[in-house]
Amino acid sequence: MENTSRSTRECSGKEGCDHVELAKRIINGNIRAASRLIRDLEDDVLQAKETLKHIYPHTGRAQVIGITGSPGAGKSTITDELVSAFREKENKVAVLAVDPSSPFSGGAILGDRIRMQRHASDPDVFIRSLATRGALGGLSNAVGSAIHILDAMGKDRILVETVGVGQQEVDVINHAHTVIVVLVPGMGDDIQAIKAGIMEVADIFVINKAHRDGTRRLQKELLSLLDLKGECPGEWKPPVILVDDVLNKDTFNENIATLCRTIEDHHQHLVRTRLLEKKLEKKAVVEILGVLRSSILGPIVKELQATGEFDDMVSRVMKRQNDPYTLVEEVKGNFLRNGKG
Amino acid sequence: MERKIRIMVAKPGLDGHDRGARILARCFRDAGFEVIYTGCHQTPEQIASAAIQEDVDLVGLSCLSGAHKYLFPKVVELLKEQGAEDIAVIGGGIIPEQDFDLLYKAGVKEVFTPGRSLESIVDWIRENISVQ
Repeated sequence: MENTSRSTRECSGKEGCDHVELAKRIINGNIRAASRLIRDLEDDVLQAKETLKHIYPHTGRAQVIGITGSPGAGKSTITDELVSAFREKENKVAVLAVDPSSPFSGGAILGDRIRMQRHASDPDVFIRSLATRGALGGLSNAVGSAIHILDAMGKDRILVETVGVGQQEVDVINHAHTVIVVLVPGMGDDIQAIKAGIMEVADIFVINKAHRDGTRRLQKELLSLLDLKGECPGEWKPPVILVDDVLNKDTFNENIATLCRTIEDHHQHLVRTRLLEKKLEKKAVVEILGVLRSSILGPIVKELQATGEFDDMVSRVMKRQNDPYTLVEEVKGNFLRNGKG
Repeated sequence: MERKIRIMVAKPGLDGHDRGARILARCFRDAGFEVIYTGCHQTPEQIASAAIQEDVDLVGLSCLSGAHKYLFPKVVELLKEQGAEDIAVIGGGIIPEQDFDLLYKAGVKEVFTPGRSLESIVDWIRENISVQ
């Protein structure tokens, strides 16, 4: 077996190493190389972006499915079941599971894997936990690049599980072709609270733990919510799928099969209506803006901090000697001129 | 560029007593590490491949069942087989002192038994584990 333990790490941290070779290894499905590159991207290693350039031409093939919902709704369990279902079709599958970083220590406990460990030794399933590291949209900043890496590795389906979300953490729509929102009964009127945020991004609703009281009511509320929107002919109306108690094996499996079929239907719909193209266009826009932000704003802030100018700006704003608008205009003038000159 | 230490806390074998493992996971989180917790009843194969997929720097094994002499070395061996011998393995739990040598020889970097303070474990990690 090819030994990549040292070489990959050495390569990712240094200049002038063979990014083409590393990219090739990943494209050939080397798990170690791929997981290390994801790590380097999480840690913002500059050289890792070089490798990504060689990987990019091999991406754009995988279907990306987002799974989101409130904490404890059953996202990891549903994800785990989808992995099994896709493996039955002999699809190669990857999972990116995001959990929150502590705002105090910066540490994290990443526990989504617990529900998926039965797939740990399947060589065609790649599961990676990511911490949010301060990102606010329900994902990690490295998710986009991680998707590219898994895509280039030849995964057919990439499942992206968000942190437990509230209302606004909807970044998953920038990455997924199909978004599944997992809900549970018993939240009562809380559904009112979430209808503006994550309720809008669902392509498919799942009511999980549907053996519990309140399922019918939740289903009714959802359907009336969807009816409010009105229906245009040919438009996708998010189906509501009930998923029974995981212990009622027969109905549970049937429900998961329905979910899989619906994911397929949605994908067909995207292709047929050319919505897929629109989604990909939006994805490209978001991606370019993201890279612009990180590669222009990042270095400027770093430079300002290194020279102490940033602290100076902070104290001048605090003492009301200057306003942030003027200060930033000065910075902009300096950097943009220098950059072009 | 900030490198974050990633640790997998795992319970190999038939052992459902995971309070210790959970306390450690929490303590590592508070120390600023990213912790991947796998849950109980893991085979060494599951632990090794998960550690590689997660690109951790360290695997912490907790075992209270008495099977550490088989399970700990097996995880080290599987990591090595898969070209990941740079992932350090440490162990803890109910482990008699006379077994320490066997475990060290098998490649387990350190053994922590009841009575070790949480701080001293975190300190050990800070001193001995670095990314790259």
